[in-house]
Amino acid sequence: MALLTKKDASLITDPLADNNPITIQVLGICSALAITAELKASIVMAVAVMFVLGLGNVVISLMRNVIPSKIRIIVQLIVVATLVIVVDQVLKAFAYELSKTLSVFVGLIITNCIIMGRFEAFALANGPWKSFLDGIGNSLGYGVILIIVGFFRELLGSGTLLGYKVLGDPIAKTGLYATGYENNGFMIIPPAALIVVGIIIWVQRSRNPALVEDN
Amino acid sequence: MAINTDKNSYTVVFAAVMVVIVGSILAFMSSSLKDRITENERFEKQQNILYAMGVNDNVDEGSVNFVSTDEVEGEFKSYIKEQLVIEGDKITENDEAYLIDMKKQMAIAGKGETPKLPLMIGEKDGKKYYIIPMYGKGLWDAIWGFIALDDKMVVQGVYFDHKGETPGLGANIKQRYFMDDFTGESILKGTEYAGIAVAKGNNDPLNNTKDDNEVDALAGATITGNGVSAMIKESLNLYKDYLQTVSAK
Repeated sequence: MALLTKKDASLITDPLADNNPITIQVLGICSALAITAELKASIVMAVAVMFVLGLGNVVISLMRNVIPSKIRIIVQLIVVATLVIVVDQVLKAFAYELSKTLSVFVGLIITNCIIMGRFEAFALANGPWKSFLDGIGNSLGYGVILIIVGFFRELLGSGTLLGYKVLGDPIAKTGLYATGYENNGFMIIPPAALIVVGIIIWVQRSRNPALVEDN
Repeated sequence: MAINTDKNSYTVVFAAVMVVIVGSILAFMSSSLKDRITENERFEKQQNILYAMGVNDNVDEGSVNFVSTDEVEGEFKSYIKEQLVIEGDKITENDEAYLIDMKKQMAIAGKGETPKLPLMIGEKDGKKYYIIPMYGKGLWDAIWGFIALDDKMVVQGVYFDHKGETPGLGANIKQRYFMDDFTGESILKGTEYAGIAVAKGNNDPLNNTKDDNEVDALAGATITGNGVSAMIKESLNLYKDYLQTVSAK
């Protein structure tokens, strides 16, 4: 028996492209703007969100039949905040260096619309295994966009990738900088992320016209 | 039997039970991990102080590597020769001065009362380093650090850190290329305490000019940079009287 049925696999693969949380569901835009000035930050945020969303979806799914509908949003917030605090404390105790790198991102996860969006849209109506797959799929879809945006912003804005100078030294004028190339300062400020996300949405809808809404 | 989750009484009981469960989980986590977290924070402080005075494991121009956690306690004892607490005119020795919370002391000073100021005196290759903790505000949250001075009030090294500055922008205050710019700058302008400003339009990206009390700003991080300038000025200002006695020797 295959580990994943076709339907289960689609829970992971759909959010990567045609049901992407950022470009199609328009969730998680804030963090895509905030932390994608460097590629490393994008990767770290993607992994942190994957952990919290995967586990959070399972917890909400397990509780779905007992949560009072009147306070379900508060319950969801409590679950995500608790998970974030637990992750933060465990990292501080056992992986202090990593916790220092992650601290900004861990805090930002609470404000990430994808988490609440998936709790509300999926985990409250489905079982734990499907909810787990949905959480992993959506955080992968989110991570892919974050990494693409982070790649272009760091490369064009700072001339580096993961901190390594890939285009040469802008101060000593070596590599590409020797030809007169300059880093684009606009790429390191948040509006640039919106433009890169816009371009991704444009490319995605050009390739798949079914994604374009009718007027 | 299906539970009627719409009843008010059920909602109240559910909320109360949830608060108790979540509170217990968090309280248990906090109390069981507290000792480890406190110890990690203590090691980190020691690593940062040693980093500022140039005791670190940096291997190339881009890396920020501290003395390893296993060795830091021993290294701290061997390099930090004296720890003082300055309280107005009174100066006392205290082996745990480095653990004094600078945030609290700056708040006390802000109220016009006398703060207890920690100062570490390190020695490396026969040279004395005066290491001062700093605390200030960035764009989003707290920033802090340590500055190591020689007896001529020339910076020998710094270490900056932050709680929540924007990755890739303000968070770059803890990058090597920014911190290294401070080395060699004087905190004096003539005989006056001027601090060091993080200046836009400094036109000196390699920081060749060392007597202008300025370092080159970070692109896209104006408010964090201003926070660093203010932090240095305000923190050093508290130590002015003591530093004057050092530089006058």
